[in-house]
Parts: sequence; structure tokens; C-alpha cells
Amino acid sequence: MQSSRHGSPWTGLGTVVAKETADHLSSARMRILEALVLLVAIYAAYMATSQIRATIGESPFLFLRLLTMTQDLLPLSLIGLLGFLIPLVAIALAFDSINGEFNRRTMSRVLAQPIYRDALLLGKFLGGLLSLSIALLSLWLLVIGLGLLRLGLPPSTEEMVRMLGFLVATIAYGGVWLALALLFSVLFRAPATAALAALGTWLLFSLFWSLITPIVTSLIAGPPEGVLGPRLEYLNTEQIIDRLAPNTLYAETALALLQPATRALGPVLLSQLQGAVLGAPLPVTQSFVLIWPQLTGLVATTILIFAIAYVLFQRQEIRA
Amino acid sequence: MPGDIVIEARGLTKRYGEKLAVDQVDFEVAAGEIVGILGPNGSGKTTTILMLLGLTEPTSGQATVAGFDPLRDPLEVKRRVGYLPDQIGFYENMSARENLAYTGRLAGLSRREIDERFLAALDRVGLGNVGHQRVTTYSQGMRQRLGLAEILMKRPSVAVLDEPTTALDPHSTQEFLDMIRGLKADGTAVLLSSHHLDQVQSVCDRVALFNRGRIALSGTVTELAARVLGGGYVIDVEANGADVPARLAAIPGVVRVQPLGGDRYRVDGQRDLRADLARQLAQNAELTGIYFAAPSLNEVYARYFSEARDAVE
Repeated sequence: MQSSRHGSPWTGLGTVVAKETADHLSSARMRILEALVLLVAIYAAYMATSQIRATIGESPFLFLRLLTMTQDLLPLSLIGLLGFLIPLVAIALAFDSINGEFNRRTMSRVLAQPIYRDALLLGKFLGGLLSLSIALLSLWLLVIGLGLLRLGLPPSTEEMVRMLGFLVATIAYGGVWLALALLFSVLFRAPATAALAALGTWLLFSLFWSLITPIVTSLIAGPPEGVLGPRLEYLNTEQIIDRLAPNTLYAETALALLQPATRALGPVLLSQLQGAVLGAPLPVTQSFVLIWPQLTGLVATTILIFAIAYVLFQRQEIRA
Repeated sequence: MPGDIVIEARGLTKRYGEKLAVDQVDFEVAAGEIVGILGPNGSGKTTTILMLLGLTEPTSGQATVAGFDPLRDPLEVKRRVGYLPDQIGFYENMSARENLAYTGRLAGLSRREIDERFLAALDRVGLGNVGHQRVTTYSQGMRQRLGLAEILMKRPSVAVLDEPTTALDPHSTQEFLDMIRGLKADGTAVLLSSHHLDQVQSVCDRVALFNRGRIALSGTVTELAARVLGGGYVIDVEANGADVPARLAAIPGVVRVQPLGGDRYRVDGQRDLRADLARQLAQNAELTGIYFAAPSLNEVYARYFSEARDAVE
């Protein structure tokens, strides 16, 4: 059978992206989520600035500590909170994107227009990503503004570069969850089921993964302690399994970017530390080299999940 | 105006696993023609429509719609075809205008074209004064009209309407059928799928009867009546006398005589037999009325499927 098709798969993409973005930005759902993230972020940033003011002069990267500092009341830093909440926002944006079109019976009407399914699916993803990026960008600017006001000193160029890198990584992390929610919206016809599946995955990675990792690791690599102390094989295996969670990749990226003194993300042997000035910050470029695999991993996961959703969607029958 | 063939299907077949949904369907539709697609649920009507639109891939066979192959050039086909799905939905929180502007932009219309065509299309379907309202406030009938307005905006060369009158009250149905005739007047070829046989009969130039994934019959209603009822000419006779049915049945060319109650009888004939009937009855009975009854599609349909069922059993 002839399989080649004519016409660009991107026909209509811009229209779909514009419509989806407009829908998201004006939806009540998005406002609720924004309010939630905003409240939490402002609280975290406020508490962090208070603490920084009390202990001023400890670190040359004051501004970055805004994002990484934890307090007694809230045992999570701002990045920890974002790592926890962003999946929720991304899932809320996408869990009913494809099945919603079927349930509203708009799917056949839209696909009867001269566009390919590619444009619809990609348009929905990009529209969600754009909305998420807009929300995160405003949050990011807000936190910086708050820092300026409360700390009374501007961030250095290096801090800005690091924070920009952090923003990009945060969006990439949101992309993973957006793609996952999109996949579930293709897979399940009922939006509630799709939402539940996506939220289940979110809970698995954000709460239970750290509990599962040691069990699985000891099954594969044996006991954690050898005669001479911790076993390297165990640590390496543990890290591989841990990094299957996008949350871990994101946390590592954020850590290396925002705590410049971070010089390795895995186990380090004593011999490797010879000649190192402990606590000395890495240059920006070296921090980026350090997180490059993590960032690539986040983007690759997004593409992989999107590709699965794409294949499933192409095979779906249009008649409900 | 009928002339150029705009829809042509050759051996169109669709198989879902073991089940043959559409089996070797051939048909064609010319510009400015209204063709009705009939058949029980699950007889392959909607699947055939989706294959013509390029929304589902045929297992084998070929189609040409508006000069393009829906399998290889779906975008070109969809640019020229307007589709009203059987269960139509809109984005509820958007106004009618926003809904149509979205599909209009997807269809490749410019903002100016959308602005120009939108009001005209809404006026034509009788929604002129509610275009700014959210679709949530629309009744099912208004949604159907809005779906038709979408097609009008697109100015397609082919319109495919799947069960467009299901949710309409009788008055709206008549208006809707008039709008479909309006499409024909524009030179648009219309493919109309419906269960309402009298409606199909009143607007369609030809009909195709689907049964178990095949086109069992196709042609004008008169042709179908000739094939199924044995005669394409149905004459109602009112006569009072002895042995009227027997006398009628004896006339050459009469296929069937059916009592309608009282003194009325329905005669299926192979040609216009009115003169013969009058002559025969005038001698022995009191003839009070004789008139043409158009063959009814309802009758054709009911007879065909009762026979088809008998053949299976």
C-alpha cells in the first residue's frame, strides 16, 4: 500500500498552539495552579531572604541561596518545592487534552480540517509547554524581584547565567510531565483515569522512589556495605536506578547550577579529591558540563514519551 | 449542473481485524448532486465516509475526492470537503464565532476571509443574531446549524453530512433540508447519510443502500422501487365493487395489489397503468379515484431488508 503522504505535517501547527495557549492562560484551572505555586514560592523566598539577612556574608552567591535555602518551618527549599509542584501543574494542563477532544466530540470536526494529526498533538504539547513557560518565567522574575527588594543587592552576571540555566532546566522538567500527561490522555478515554494515572506516576517518583531504590539496588548489586565500608558497585547501581526518576535528574541539575561548589553528582573517591580546594566554586561552564547529561536526559525522556504518544494517537480510530 | 465526478470510490474495503466493515464499495457522485446513503447501524456508512475524508485508511481499494486521493493527499482533500459528523461538538466555553474562526484558520482561511464569510454563513443557517454567544447556550438543533455554517464558510466542493437531522424538530428539519438544497444550488456535491427515509427521498437525487458493508442497491428512488417492489409506478385506486383486487391483478403490467382499507387499493405497476386500470374498472365497479402515489423509500427499505433477512434465514 502507498504510505507516502503529501503536504507538510506542520500545516495548522501555529493555529493549534495559539488556541491551546489561549485556552490554558484563560482557564480557571491554570489560575488556581498559578496561585498555588505563587503562594508557596513567595513564602519560600520570603523565608529564605529573612534567613539570608540574618546570616549575611556566608556565601559569595547570596542570590542563589534564595532558591536553595531550607528553613526549619518548611523543610524544602524553593527548588525542592518546584520539583514537587511543577509535575502537578504540567499534569493539570495536559491530562484531558486528547481525550477531551473526543469527549467533546470536536475531534472529527477538527481533523476534518486540512491538518495532520501530527499538528494537533504537537500543537497541544507546545501550547502546554508555552503556557507552563510563561507561568514559570513570571514566577522566576517575581522571585528575583523579591530578592532584589529584600536583599537590596543585584545578582551578579554569573548568578544570572546560573539562574537562567535553572529556568531552562525547570521548563525541561515540566516538559517531561506534560508529555506524560499527554500520553495518558491518548491512552485513556476517561479524563479522570488519565489524571489518576499521571498523578500516580507523580507520587511514585516524588514520594516512593527513594524508598524503592535501595530495595531494587540490593537485589541487583548485593548488600550496600562490604568489609571495607560502602561498596562502589552498590553506590553506582543505586545512582542509576535513582536517576530513572525525572525528579532526581531535575534535583541534580538544580543543585549543580545553584550551588556552585558542587563538583560531582555521583560518588567521589578520596583519590579523586587530591589537590581539590574543597568548597571552592566551579566556573559556570564547568557546572554546565556537569549537568549536561541530566539536562539531555530530561529532554530525551520528553521526546521518548511524546513519540510513544504520537504512535498511539496515529493508530487511534477517529470514530468514538 | 451535474457533470464532473467529484467523488469516485473503487473497491473500497475496510477490515477491522476479522470483521469486514466495508466490502468492495464502488460509487460516484457528481458536482451539484445530492446522494443519500442509507442502511442499518453498523452497515459501513460512517466508515465509508471516514475513508473518503482520509480520516481512516482503507484496507484496500481506491478513492478520488475532488481530484485527490484521500490516502496520499489528505490535506488537499480536506481543504475541499466540508464534514458534518453525526455527533457534533464544539468548544463550549468559546463563542460560535471563535469556534468557527478556529476551524476556519485550520482550513487555511485568512482573518479577512473568516470575517467576511462568518456573518453570511450564520445568516444562512438562521443563527445571525446569536453568533457572539457561547456555544454552551446552544440547543442541539442550533449546534447542527452551526456545523452547517462551518461547512458554508469553507465553501467546499463536496459536503459530507452524517445524520444531520437526527436531533431536529420537524420544522427545523424542513429548514435544514432547504439549506442542503442550497448547497446543491451552489454546485456542491452532497453526500447525506440518514435514517429518515422520507427526508432522504425529498432531497436526494440518488440513494445508495448499504447492507453488511456492501452497497446493496443504488440509483434513483424510482429505480430502486422498480428493482425491489417489482414496479417503479405506484398507483392508488379507490373503487367500490366486487372482486376489485382480482380484476386489478389481472391487468398485464401489474406486479402487486395491496388493500389499503376501505375501498382503497395500492397497485405496483411496471409502467404508468392509470388508463388501463380505469378502463378495466369502469365496466364492473364504481371508480371514485385514481392517482399516482410516488414510490416511497420507506416501503423500498422495509421490503428490501425483510427480504434480505429472509434470504439469510
